[in-house]
Amino acid sequence: MLRPALLAAALTAAFPAHADPQLDALRAELQELKTAYEARIQALEARLHKTEAAVKAEPAPVRAGFNPDVSLILQGKYAYLEDRADRGITGFLPSGAEGPSRGFSVDESELVLSASIDPWFRGYLNAVLADGAVGVEEAWFQTTRLGQGLSVKGGRFRSGIGYQNEQHPHAWDFATNSLVYESLFGEGYGQDGLQMKWLAPTDTFLEFGAEAGRGGAFPSTARDSNGFPSLALFGHVGDDIGASNSWRAGLSYLHARPQARAFEGRDPGDVDVAGDFSGKSRTWLADFVWKWAPNGNATQRNFKFAAEYFQRRESGVLSCDDAGVNASLCTGGITGPYSADQSGVYAQGIYQFMPHWRVGYRYDQLFRGDVVFNGADAGATLASLADYDPRRHSLMLDYSPSEFSRLRLQYSRDEAQRAIGENQFYVQYIHSLGSHGAHKF
Amino acid sequence: MKTSRFKAPLLRRLAALLTAAILLPGAAHAALKVFACEPEWGSLAKEIGGAQVSVYTATTAMQDPHHIEARPSLIARARNADLLACTGAELEIGWLPVVIAESGNAAIQTGQPGQFMAAQQVPLLEKPAVLDRSAGDVHADGNPHIQTDPRNIARVGEALARRMAELDPAQAAFYQARWTDFSARWQAAITRWEKQAAPLRGVPVVVQHKGFPYLENWLGLKQVAVLEPKPGVDPSVGHLARVAAQLQATPARAVLRAAYQSPRPADWLASRSGIPALALPFTVGGNPRASDLFGLFDDTIDQLLKAAP
Repeated sequence: MLRPALLAAALTAAFPAHADPQLDALRAELQELKTAYEARIQALEARLHKTEAAVKAEPAPVRAGFNPDVSLILQGKYAYLEDRADRGITGFLPSGAEGPSRGFSVDESELVLSASIDPWFRGYLNAVLADGAVGVEEAWFQTTRLGQGLSVKGGRFRSGIGYQNEQHPHAWDFATNSLVYESLFGEGYGQDGLQMKWLAPTDTFLEFGAEAGRGGAFPSTARDSNGFPSLALFGHVGDDIGASNSWRAGLSYLHARPQARAFEGRDPGDVDVAGDFSGKSRTWLADFVWKWAPNGNATQRNFKFAAEYFQRRESGVLSCDDAGVNASLCTGGITGPYSADQSGVYAQGIYQFMPHWRVGYRYDQLFRGDVVFNGADAGATLASLADYDPRRHSLMLDYSPSEFSRLRLQYSRDEAQRAIGENQFYVQYIHSLGSHGAHKF
Repeated sequence: MKTSRFKAPLLRRLAALLTAAILLPGAAHAALKVFACEPEWGSLAKEIGGAQVSVYTATTAMQDPHHIEARPSLIARARNADLLACTGAELEIGWLPVVIAESGNAAIQTGQPGQFMAAQQVPLLEKPAVLDRSAGDVHADGNPHIQTDPRNIARVGEALARRMAELDPAQAAFYQARWTDFSARWQAAITRWEKQAAPLRGVPVVVQHKGFPYLENWLGLKQVAVLEPKPGVDPSVGHLARVAAQLQATPARAVLRAAYQSPRPADWLASRSGIPALALPFTVGGNPRASDLFGLFDDTIDQLLKAAP
């Protein structure tokens, strides 16, 4: 742009306007050249501006992934177990927990979908796929815009009580559940109902929650009622200590009113009996979690400690009768007052000693406590409720090639049933496909 | 006399209390609370907001921003935040969604002005053509480690200043003035760094994690090898040996890693091939010199110059 202009100026200066018609022609030509140049440069500049604007205006998409987020968990295990008729927990009414299968078995595959529904709600579905059945583990919506630390969840969801309760099996640190959760809820307690949570406006984490539900699962039972027979309350507190340590502690209460909650058991003569329980079931749970990682960088080494303690009181009416043709102590049917005051604890430590490798130990201990049926110790009528404190040791080693896959070896010394000590060996795999799920603390 | 002596301080105290009650709400302007996911955005928010913001930084330079626990303390801080300043582009995907969902804070939810994602303000490099986990932990939106190019800091800062002004209109002029001042100093610093780093153009380097494409792009460094066989996958001894062998044919002048990463792979390669292993601060706080954004790049450039021919 500058050069033709300068040349034109120089020419104009050198040859006055009236000099020669030839010069005029040259001057005109130069002028034309200059105009053309300027136009081209302007066009180029305009294109440059446009491109710059386009680069600025083209923000990276928030999420290029699917909407909704979809993930699928594949899990299965090989179990080397003794041949036992049943794996019930002595001293406790059965929760319906399914014991492990011998040999190779594919565990339930979990399909998880989640997304924002609109600016006000988000939704979540966790469906488990097993042979011939699809179970809805969780299906809920949650408010996102109430503010003030408030949120409301509705639908079917894992109750916020305890620590492990909200975790699905793929997030457990062991291949098998703890005796605490097995005896309390089978796997974990789910509610069909509403949950309200409030997070206090403090720098220390302080959260309170309340739930009202239909109570379709142990220790509650589904009933034909307009009310909310299952009520839960919980509070959590947590914080960091320096950059390396963080903790959370909680206290929860679950109130349920089971009606005709069926059970199967054995009498002292090893004859099968069956019956049901109706009454009140009140559970207190205290939980504590502590996590350590040097400077908060968990990629190399980290440690996690978790412990939960429960106390459950049940009172009401228990009936029992023969389950088969053989006559038991319940022959003819017995109905009488029943009360149980029981407790239990588990404590576990998981240490990642190098990237990808973790080792862990868990100790489960239940205290059968007082179980009274028809004015006498329940063990006199039902051997499955005999006075015995079940316990189990578990030792595991797992290897995670990436965040999405995990292979685990586990040894358990199971003394959940009276007079039986079983050595159990497990090899487990857990794989997750699809979107990257974020895990809770 | 006795009663008046008792009464006077009481009255005075009452009067002081009343005055305070009337004056305080006007006098104490509530600071804009910023929850920064990474130290660089925390520093940037402080540069722009000065005394008018209170900044909580969720992670440190010694932590891997991919792998953070959704700790109770983070949820509690997110609960009260007016503005969430994070990288985005899936960098925090393993923990931030839980923190946001559990916070019960309407202001910082996705789509709200209180949620600011830095990666949306800059063009991203290394967008994967194929999304498959067999390629390791790749981010669909592109490489999220944008803070290693100071020109990106400027782009993000401009947008962040606008966002802070939008959220806190009373201080809009204050933020704008501070941003203008910072921006001028920053541009001057960029010119200085570029001049210093001129000998680095075309210098071949090895990186431990694909964390430096923006730095390489800015300074014209040539990445000839990566120690991680796949993003997020730790290098095996076999892979390291292959990289070492490769360096025989195409020599590099330094091996780069971020401060939070394990020194072992980079140090091993350095001892094996005789090139320096540089622990770049990667973000504010990565080493004592990188105590602010200027220090971050002063230190980065000075360290890199050790690799210059």
